[in-house]
Amino acid sequence: MNYSDKQLNEIKEFLYKIADDQLIIGHRNSEWTGLGPLVEEDIAFSSIAQDKIGQSQHIYEILHTLGEADADTIAFTRPAAEFNCSHLTEYPIGEYDFSLMRNFLFNHAEQIRFEMLSESSFEPLANLAKKYRGEIKYHTMHSDTWINQLGRANDESNTRMQKALNETFNLALGIFEESGNEESLKKMNIFAGENILQEKWIESVTPRIKAANLILPDKSNWKPVYGGRKGNHTEYLEPLLNEMGEVFRLDPRAEW
Amino acid sequence: MRFNTLVNIEKETITKDDIVEALEDVMDPEIPTISVVDLGIIRKVEIDDENNVKVLMTPTFSGCPALKIMENMVRDKIKELNVKSVEITTNFDTQWNSNMITENGLEGLKKHGLAPPPRHNDIVQIEMISKAACPLCGSSNTILKSPFGPTLCRSLHYCNDCLNAFEQFKPVG
Repeated sequence: MNYSDKQLNEIKEFLYKIADDQLIIGHRNSEWTGLGPLVEEDIAFSSIAQDKIGQSQHIYEILHTLGEADADTIAFTRPAAEFNCSHLTEYPIGEYDFSLMRNFLFNHAEQIRFEMLSESSFEPLANLAKKYRGEIKYHTMHSDTWINQLGRANDESNTRMQKALNETFNLALGIFEESGNEESLKKMNIFAGENILQEKWIESVTPRIKAANLILPDKSNWKPVYGGRKGNHTEYLEPLLNEMGEVFRLDPRAEW
Repeated sequence: MRFNTLVNIEKETITKDDIVEALEDVMDPEIPTISVVDLGIIRKVEIDDENNVKVLMTPTFSGCPALKIMENMVRDKIKELNVKSVEITTNFDTQWNSNMITENGLEGLKKHGLAPPPRHNDIVQIEMISKAACPLCGSSNTILKSPFGPTLCRSLHYCNDCLNAFEQFKPVG
């Protein structure tokens, strides 16, 4: 299919936000390497990081075929304002409950997004989506299991998980911030839209939150944290980028 | 010497089958009892009249760090044959799933002490991964310890009968 320059830019913006979310939350997950409360959790967070960063890389490679810089340059040299990730992904790892709840909310959105994209008219992305949805199933399996166990274990764990949910929920709603290209992407049959994704996401997380004896924040208190998709970020993104790209920038032409 | 030369001339017609056969000796660097062919990641092999070879590969997991190594191993192996050039492409046009592992490949996984992934109908359910048969004693009285193991493709399990920890090559849809 031939796209106009305008359409191409809309597709690029869409790809950037998906891949940036994966790269940044992947990096945050990797920060648990060596710090997990159990060795299995250490491995789980590290593996999830490896998956998500690997997945972002292949989306950056599609962007490269559309005329953008190569994947490493895209990942390691852009300033914060050129990233389109949601604020949810940027926050420091905090306590284990925070990181788990963040993953739970993010993984379900990601799982549904790639289910939707597996039917996208943009074939390179549809092919990746068909692959990713199978991998992400293991991520949702991981976070679902722990949310359920810790939500129901005892008063302390329940209180901590509820607090984590309250802290992350409005941030998670920021995943679905619209960029203004939704109508056009829908017309091209590339993506059905952030609104539909958010509806499906609520349907997916609600029964799991209930089953874990946790309470979904009341709709009257939903205050989505927007800005990330437009390049406005938290104070936490820049230090993360500095650390992540530090080695690459020592010698951008080095062969790895 | 002359005889050898004649043999070489005859051998110049290298077929696709010769290449696939050679690749059956290229083992997964992380699981040395299964070849890249049995793993199902070699999706297409083409050879033209001038012995230019093209191979299409696809990764098991998109974050698999062994992919570049395997591409190089495949390239080096084919270069040992009398070919003019080797071109390796890796893409996701076909998406790998664990059903692409051959029967021979499943045996290879067992030899490495791994429970092979159960066959599935494109949809992998949690029950499939949580009920792995122990590769050491065959018991199905096992529990899933973690869906993530030492590599992306393996999960951690424990056998309640023979009291051994073991790993499963994960089913992937």
